[in-house]
Amino acid sequence: MSTWRRLHVKVRAAQGLLTSSSRRPTEQHTWLQGHFTLCRGLSTGGPLRNDFFKDLEAQLAAMRKKAADALPGSGWTPFEINPNLPPERADIVIVGGGVIGWSIAYWLKQKERVRGGLRVLVVERDPTYSQASTVLSAGGIRQQFSLPENILLSLASADFMRNINEHLGVLNEDPVDLQFNQSGYLFLASQEVAHIMEENYSTQRYAGAKVSLLSPTQLKEKFPWINTDGVVLASYGLENEGWFDPWTLLNAFKRKAVSMGVIPCYGEVTAFKYTINVMTTADGEQVDFRRIKSVKVQMPNTLEYQPVECAIVVNAAGAFSGKLTEMLGIGLSSEDTITGIPLPVEPRKRYVYVVHCPDGPGLDTPFLIDYSGIYFRREGLGGNYIAGASPEEAEEPDISNLEVDHQFFEDKIWPNLAHRVPAFEKLKVTSAWAGFYDYNTFDQNGIIGIHPVVNNMYFATGFSGHGLQHSPAVGRGMAELILDGDFKTLDLSAFSFRRILDQEPMLERNIV
Amino acid sequence: MEALPYKRKQSLRRCCQGSPLLLLVARRPWSSSSAASPPPLHTKLLLFLTQRFYDVEMLLSWGSQMKRRGIQRKNAYYSYTQRFHGPNIAAAYYILSLRGGFKYVGQSDWFRADQRGRFSWDFLNHRDAHLEEVDMSNTVINYAGLWNLDGQRSLRTLSLRGCSEVDDWFLARLHMFQDSLEELDISHCPCITTGGLAALRNLKGLKRLDVSSLPWDFEPWVGRHPAGGNVAAVPHHR
Repeated sequence: MSTWRRLHVKVRAAQGLLTSSSRRPTEQHTWLQGHFTLCRGLSTGGPLRNDFFKDLEAQLAAMRKKAADALPGSGWTPFEINPNLPPERADIVIVGGGVIGWSIAYWLKQKERVRGGLRVLVVERDPTYSQASTVLSAGGIRQQFSLPENILLSLASADFMRNINEHLGVLNEDPVDLQFNQSGYLFLASQEVAHIMEENYSTQRYAGAKVSLLSPTQLKEKFPWINTDGVVLASYGLENEGWFDPWTLLNAFKRKAVSMGVIPCYGEVTAFKYTINVMTTADGEQVDFRRIKSVKVQMPNTLEYQPVECAIVVNAAGAFSGKLTEMLGIGLSSEDTITGIPLPVEPRKRYVYVVHCPDGPGLDTPFLIDYSGIYFRREGLGGNYIAGASPEEAEEPDISNLEVDHQFFEDKIWPNLAHRVPAFEKLKVTSAWAGFYDYNTFDQNGIIGIHPVVNNMYFATGFSGHGLQHSPAVGRGMAELILDGDFKTLDLSAFSFRRILDQEPMLERNIV
Repeated sequence: MEALPYKRKQSLRRCCQGSPLLLLVARRPWSSSSAASPPPLHTKLLLFLTQRFYDVEMLLSWGSQMKRRGIQRKNAYYSYTQRFHGPNIAAAYYILSLRGGFKYVGQSDWFRADQRGRFSWDFLNHRDAHLEEVDMSNTVINYAGLWNLDGQRSLRTLSLRGCSEVDDWFLARLHMFQDSLEELDISHCPCITTGGLAALRNLKGLKRLDVSSLPWDFEPWVGRHPAGGNVAAVPHHR
């Protein structure tokens, strides 16, 4: 011990020498040194000369810790642990990090009563979102639906977007700019469907949406560039309608949710571990009740995976939610039993074409939806437009890839487009992309709520193209359903899985 | 959880190095060569702030929340006034409470609140008179407050010069005056973007639009205003 002390004294003396010699030089150096002192003063606050022994002590402590870790019974392994692995336990696992998934995560955190009271994990397969419906959509929001539920969802979502910085603003970060274009939707109806438009109009007005009906003359007056041939009636949204940047909304949800403590994870859910309880109904039918115990999250590009124990799983996997449900053995047996009914959601490919037309309608282009099935809207202010259409049921394109069929534009879209807006005769397709719809084959509406025989899996999927615009309100509804046990603000019980069991589709009465 | 405060500390330190004032304070310890002296005041302050990071964050967010709530309260829907005095009095009262001014149809004198927000109550005598011109410049009118003016079908002029809460959603709601509004002044409104511009197309009778000093260049689009190109924009004051 005494030798150690002596050594200490010596080193101190040596350091003293060193410091005094370095202090001797002229005044010019003081600035540099002073600056150095400032940094030091901020970083450590302690004198420099004890550093060596402090380090030594820290090194020794680390060594002791490592030795203790290596003893049997501790969690230490010589293998490096992937820092991106999800935690072993979470309260709620949201499968699918699209806008719906992140919106649910945000609202769950927003509604938790104690900070950190809820451990929410969002699992997303693709960090680049290259196939996600959210970012490949046209980004529109409208109130012109026929079902009051859908209209109310849109109104609530528009209200959310109006106050987006109150909801999703993060302190010390830039405010969210959705780049919302207040341009409205314009629906055009032919003779056959004009009565549906009128009915929808009264439903929309009743629900509180600001929509106006236009005759062909009024239409021509308002939008002189439209060819009104075949148009009998038009409805135009005055307020809360338009389009915005989906990527911004997704990231705003994500940023806020992560700042509130939601755990993001990039991996793929490949399996569930679940228990089955066989129960007998009053009619004597045997039903297998499932309960998910853990979710297996496969990490990308490795064989590594992590089972995440959880209490609740939210299926927000969009176009791929049907596949996710199948992993629980749902929809594999005959369709007579409850277990045999599959989730009627499948991916459908939709093309979006970007066209350039300098003589096009310009600034006052609304999001126009024609009765022939085509739609188009302005994209920026440089004479670009995006257009698309839904193909016939029999001509659904192959969904194995996201390649664009340019012939579809030539055959189905351009003729109708040029008929409606003569200026589009001279357009040029500059680019195109394809995205997936989470298409609900049963009735093209969202499925929100719990699965009847999997009592801890919640659905928020199958929105068939309205997912992005309804995401804020759907997220709020889901959070209410999960945390409060029931819908509090908007009653979304009509969207539950029950309608599929009862075979009662809830169809939109559309004009296209 | 521990990593964040450290990061904040780093950024705070960087801030402090950038600021000449703090540098001045920070330079003082160089003269004293004693290394064992207690850490300087600013270090202590920064350390304190780092340790209280979440509390400071909370205080700041409460501050902005309170501010927002104040604006919301000022823009509340005057349903009580409306029920007892009718929509016109409610609209007038709302405008005066926000320190704005207005003029009734067929009258020449303006009703205005003074610098300290006081106003005369003479407008209570005009129960059935409609508003013709409204000047809300430099007030905190927002989307919600616009509801109070709903039903003013003869509003011809609306000035929103320098209103910090007027945004694109506000412009979209102006469709309530679509038949009557002729003059609109949205100059110096920092929240208006090109996205809201398209909404002005609903104003059929618009004749004069003041868009000077908006954060973006409006000029190329004025001539193409959907109201038929008859909108004369006031040139930029830049």
